[in-house]
Amino acid sequence: MSLRKSISLYIRYAAVCVRSIMEYKLSFGLMIFGRCMIAFTEFLAIRFLFDGLTEIKGYTYGDVLLCFSVIHMSFTLSELIGNGFKTFSGIVKSGEFDRMLLRPCSPILQIIGTRFEIGRTGPLITSTITLCLGIRESQVHWNFLTAFTLLLMILGGTLLFIGLYMLGASFCFFTIEDTSILNALTYGAKEHGKYPIDVYGRGVLRFCTFVIPYTLVQYYPLQFLLGRSTSWVLGLCPVGVVVFLAICYGVWCAGVRNYKSCGS
Amino acid sequence: MITMEHVCKSYKVAKRKAGLGEVCKSFFRREHEVVHALKDVSFTIGEGEMVGYIGPNGAGKSSTIKILSGILTPDSGTCRVDGRIPWKNRTEHVRQIGVVFGQRSQLWWDIPVIDSFELLKEIYSVSKENYNRKLEELTELLQLSEILKTPTRQLSLGQRMRCEVAASLLHEPRILFLDEPTIGLDAVSKLAVRDFIKKMNREHKTTVILTTHDMQDIEAIAERVISIGKGQILLDGSLQDLQTAAGVFDVAEGSENVPGGDSKAIEKENTATQSGINLDHVMAALYKKLDIM
Amino acid sequence: MKKYWMFFKVRFASGLQYRMASVTALSTQLIWGIMECLAYKAIAEAMGTGLPMEYSSIVTYVWLKEAFLALFLTWTGDKDIFALIQSGGVSYELCRPVSVYSMWFSRIVGGRGAEALLRSIPILICAFLLPGTLRMSLPVSIEAFVLFLVTLVLAVGVAVALCMFVNMLCFFTISPQGWRMVLLGSADFFMGNIIPLPFFPENFRKVVEWLPFPYMQNVPFRVYSGDLPVADLGPVVAKQVLWLVILVAAGLLTWKQVEKKIVVQGG
Repeated sequence: MSLRKSISLYIRYAAVCVRSIMEYKLSFGLMIFGRCMIAFTEFLAIRFLFDGLTEIKGYTYGDVLLCFSVIHMSFTLSELIGNGFKTFSGIVKSGEFDRMLLRPCSPILQIIGTRFEIGRTGPLITSTITLCLGIRESQVHWNFLTAFTLLLMILGGTLLFIGLYMLGASFCFFTIEDTSILNALTYGAKEHGKYPIDVYGRGVLRFCTFVIPYTLVQYYPLQFLLGRSTSWVLGLCPVGVVVFLAICYGVWCAGVRNYKSCGS
Repeated sequence: MITMEHVCKSYKVAKRKAGLGEVCKSFFRREHEVVHALKDVSFTIGEGEMVGYIGPNGAGKSSTIKILSGILTPDSGTCRVDGRIPWKNRTEHVRQIGVVFGQRSQLWWDIPVIDSFELLKEIYSVSKENYNRKLEELTELLQLSEILKTPTRQLSLGQRMRCEVAASLLHEPRILFLDEPTIGLDAVSKLAVRDFIKKMNREHKTTVILTTHDMQDIEAIAERVISIGKGQILLDGSLQDLQTAAGVFDVAEGSENVPGGDSKAIEKENTATQSGINLDHVMAALYKKLDIM
Repeated sequence: MKKYWMFFKVRFASGLQYRMASVTALSTQLIWGIMECLAYKAIAEAMGTGLPMEYSSIVTYVWLKEAFLALFLTWTGDKDIFALIQSGGVSYELCRPVSVYSMWFSRIVGGRGAEALLRSIPILICAFLLPGTLRMSLPVSIEAFVLFLVTLVLAVGVAVALCMFVNMLCFFTISPQGWRMVLLGSADFFMGNIIPLPFFPENFRKVVEWLPFPYMQNVPFRVYSGDLPVADLGPVVAKQVLWLVILVAAGLLTWKQVEKKIVVQGG
């Protein structure tokens, strides 16, 4: 199936999902509002902490806000797109995955298409506001390169989270029901990724470089963004996430193969 | 059209035991048990045939259907559908088949049925003319015109099943798999679905493979019956062959074989339903005789 | 009373079996706690003397929070009762010869208690063994420890009563999930789950202290480390009791309305 056809099909799926949710307008509004508010309380926590602070390890309030917004935006976007992978164990258990294999298009397209959940975009409202605040108050000198780096960070983060969801979904094929580790990795990254990773010390920094490459979308490009390093190569780090995504995709394919030979 | 030769399939199933100690043990070392779902299964089905595929729960029915539809790869043996190997050319293969699961829906819950159909049109890349023509035909035969604009969640089970069947046929498949299509339906809907399937078969030469526990379905639709038990084909023939094999063909004598049955009442029932009830007894007797329960 | 003890016990036993294999959940929580402590360490270093709570108290607070997470879950917990409300299965509950409110209350307490007991022991052991600045400290005094236990019980009461109240309110809306998310999601912040209450600005905190939320985990966890001195505890405990009474009363009153509604409309 061609890329254009795939994209148009994805948009159709998304449109159907949106129409379905609009059957329950009140519920939808409350979900958006609730999620937006929860994200807002997290922002408020940072605001309160910085009442008595000027900087943490050299990062100002604005810098931390920037970091917070990037991670929150990536996370929200990844949930919006990758929700199907997140809820994949349910898709397998209900037999819906069998149905997807009976259709002449990519199962991945169907998984992400059928579970497009617009109600998850609530935090996007909050993180857009905090991003604006962050852009105004941080130490960044804005020009084309830095703006591009910021965009790359958000995109890279989104892909990284999607990769993790995909990895978690692949586990369902190998009869591992407990996906709490992967939940911890994604929610944990959202929760603790609001501070630049070196705040947590060197051990954590290493883990987030070599095991799960969070630093590619957060710490390294941030060094360039905040002018702590002049090397623009650091600003391109988020591109490296593609490699991680490819690995996750490999595991996914192995999982599908296993599913076809073992059944559910 | 469909050939299956010496197909075998086995699963590894983790053993589960009760008790706290066993739970702890299984945490470190899991014991596996091999279950043979299919043991050397062979059959051929020609174009336009209507075949009932029956057997008790866990006999291997759904494994067979999954292999034929390309969801599952067998351990050994060959299988060809229309010259294709289902699990190797999945996308091309699934374009040619339609599957109805009686217990699961493929329609979107909250949107009108017609919108689900439109989406399926895109998924199967059906051209506009073909889609309109087919939709018109299905709407007429299944009497869908009044329910197409209703969201699925507001449909009755019978209405929903008619839509499910239509949804599986929009892309004009040459083979239709029906997995318990009449489960839970009322009498009128059952008859409507059965009539429709027969009509599709007559007019389009659609090959139909039907799994069910409802013997009336078999009686009404299937010209040929394949019975499977414990992963093996037990019987492949007409409905009469089945009854002969079970040794309870004669209706009058058959009632004697019914355990604990009041023969007069059953005779009455038989005449009323044209041996429909009796077929259940035939199957039970067959399963019992072949020792597969 | 015996009946409610049985409901408690059944939940407790099933919780025990269910959680046997959750080593992963434990490690997850440990890592989570360590990350939080590390962040506060950096904050403490940056703030110096301006820190509103001693660093060791914060570490203890973090570990207690992780250990007793299950007790104070807000909107993610009590799935089965919530499902009962949504599916309409609640009419069956009415057929049992017991007070539904008390039954649910004891069931929730039992479920949370079992989960918390199982999780807290390994987490606390690890937290006491961690090196240096990450280690949890012992209670500041014996009185503080006793009062910690007393206020913990009260706090669980307040938390469960609040959840029950919200659950009951869910009967009156077509969008229970949404309301639950809005109401209980905000509770997370006000009860000190995101940052401890001493980090709130003075005026803001004074307002928040009029709400029921600070009388949950906030009280016992700070009593333990001496951040809330034993001597000042009288009015706090009184407010805890007051909120418990108010919330149970509100829950019972709403339940009466719910009952009427079910009987009239058939669930």
